[in-house]
Amino acid sequence: MNTQSTPLVEMRDISIAFGGVKAVDHVTVDLHPGEVVGLLGHNGAGKSTLIKILSGAYQADAGQILIEGQPVEINNPRDARTHNIETIYQTLALADNLDAASNLFLGRELVSSLGFVDDARMESETRKIMGRLNPNFSKFADPVKALSGGQRQSVAIARAVYFNARILIMDEPTAALGPQETKMVSELIQELKKQGIGIFLISHDINDVMELCDRASVMKNGKLVGTVDVKDVTDDDLLGMIILGKKPGE
Amino acid sequence: MSQTDTSAPETAHSSAAAVEGAFARFLRATELDTRLLGMLGALALIWVGFHMYGALVNNFGAFLTPRNLWNLSVQTSSIGIMATGMVLVIVTRHIDLSVGSVLGFCAIVMGVMQVNILPQFLGLGHPFLWIIAVITGLICGTLIGAFHGWLIGYRGIPAFIVTLGGLLVWRGAAFLVARGETISPVDPTFALLGGGPYGAIGATGSWLLGALGCVGVIALILMGRAQRRKFQFPLRPVWAESFLAVVGCGAVIGATLLVNSYPWPKGIVRRYAEAEGIEVPPDGLFISHGYAIPVLILIAVGIAMSFLMSRTRFGRYVYAMGGNPEAAELAGINTRWMTVKIFALMGALAGLSAVVASARLNSATNALGTLDELYVIAAAVIGGTSLAGGIGTIYGAILGALVMQSLQTGMVLIGFDAAIQQVVVGSVLVLAVYLDILYRGKSK
Repeated sequence: MNTQSTPLVEMRDISIAFGGVKAVDHVTVDLHPGEVVGLLGHNGAGKSTLIKILSGAYQADAGQILIEGQPVEINNPRDARTHNIETIYQTLALADNLDAASNLFLGRELVSSLGFVDDARMESETRKIMGRLNPNFSKFADPVKALSGGQRQSVAIARAVYFNARILIMDEPTAALGPQETKMVSELIQELKKQGIGIFLISHDINDVMELCDRASVMKNGKLVGTVDVKDVTDDDLLGMIILGKKPGE
Repeated sequence: MSQTDTSAPETAHSSAAAVEGAFARFLRATELDTRLLGMLGALALIWVGFHMYGALVNNFGAFLTPRNLWNLSVQTSSIGIMATGMVLVIVTRHIDLSVGSVLGFCAIVMGVMQVNILPQFLGLGHPFLWIIAVITGLICGTLIGAFHGWLIGYRGIPAFIVTLGGLLVWRGAAFLVARGETISPVDPTFALLGGGPYGAIGATGSWLLGALGCVGVIALILMGRAQRRKFQFPLRPVWAESFLAVVGCGAVIGATLLVNSYPWPKGIVRRYAEAEGIEVPPDGLFISHGYAIPVLILIAVGIAMSFLMSRTRFGRYVYAMGGNPEAAELAGINTRWMTVKIFALMGALAGLSAVVASARLNSATNALGTLDELYVIAAAVIGGTSLAGGIGTIYGAILGALVMQSLQTGMVLIGFDAAIQQVVVGSVLVLAVYLDILYRGKSK
């Protein structure tokens, strides 16, 4: 891995507390272009909270975010998007009552020359990208409420891919998926890596991390246990970090 | 279209193409909303029911007469205008209990403006009087709505509480502005906005408008088809498109025939003839009302609001906020500012309704619009707007207003007293929502 270059993203010494509970406590993580960094930990370890700070959903109490070495302010999801940070949330963050195209373009609708939303063009673009990501997808007219977990996931991923994310945050991308769809997501991650996109992958699943990630950062009780190169460690080492909060060899 | 509920035809499609009935095939081909058909059916049932009841029990069916239907259209306007705005409010999981009071307050402000204040500067009967009054009313409603929206969006007070407070505050404020006096008469031009023989556009105007409506229907269908072809989406069968065009134009022509077959009352014809120096023939002079101006306002508002909801980002965000507020926020939508805009729009429509309602009465009283909030909410909900958020259509709300008004008018015509009317309207509201829940459950 090219760890000498300037990281695409660096989150330095980030802290955030909710009513006295330190959800994230002086955590530092970084991410390079074309790299997948796994964020591991139990439920409530602070992984999702950390990542929501990067995606603009929360504001850190302390710490700094640098993108390509430059300090940036991310105060809301719009700011994150201007830095090409796209997030695929665990809860998917889709509006259930809208169709796939409306969700894909939510907040960034294609408009005609008169400034009106161009549903036909958006559906056409959605058909194109879904044809690439999930060729079996056909429910373009239905609200996404009517879709399966995998179909919904592919809409969420299409949203990130379509808008040329440089930094992609995936929160449990395979949690709701069957084996076929999980494979699809894995292939997609490999494809995105090749394009030089940096990916934060939040996961419970050690196998996922071992297979897909270059490095893994493990969190426990809001603190960073450590960051390791995945090729240097075993499943058990990672498990030890998650459960005991100890780095391998400690 | 994002919010159209197409799941029912889909289910029919997947069940088994072989046993698919002619009706299901018809629905799928025309892509008509089954809920819309249901509401039209209910409306037809109410109309025919009241007419038959009148014909059988009172020996006179008064409902399906041009006169009654014309009046019905005028009476629906005020509630219908506000119901279109209430759709946005309810779709975003809020509620507005203050619209009746805001209507009353705006009406009083406009009344004071055109009767007490402006004539001092411009003189009574100045041609700009009514325009300034209307603009004042709209601004007044918009500001009140925006203030409510700010309290809800930026200060986090629940909409129910803010607008419940508003219900009391603005009714009280209306009393304070005019010390409880009734302000009358309003400016004669202003009064035309409320309807009446002079406040309608006559036979020729109505035919011109009807022709325009038909052109519009056909243009919409052709444009939709061209758009689908351009992107190679599946096209509706030609027979289905033709059917929609014929029904659409038929409805416009039918409505025009109806409003044109309601003549001015004899007294007004006589006065008009004297004023214009026209000789009245022995068998009377037939002067058609044509479309009433408040109805045209309602139609214009309905078209504009439908357009806003389906073709603009604003409308898309309203639905997104209702479907998943968190997702909307994460997608970068400024939901707080949206809330302000939605309530401001609701306030503006309440102001517009105040114009129609006070013009129709030719006066402004501080009791104007009392209980309107409940009828407006009922109209939106009967029209298929879901209180859980995310679902609702403008045409549905207008039809809902028409259903509510038809029930009330019908019961007055057949001589039910006020107590029974309340019982029936209340029951129908609950029943309509229950049927809607059953329908949604089935179409899942």
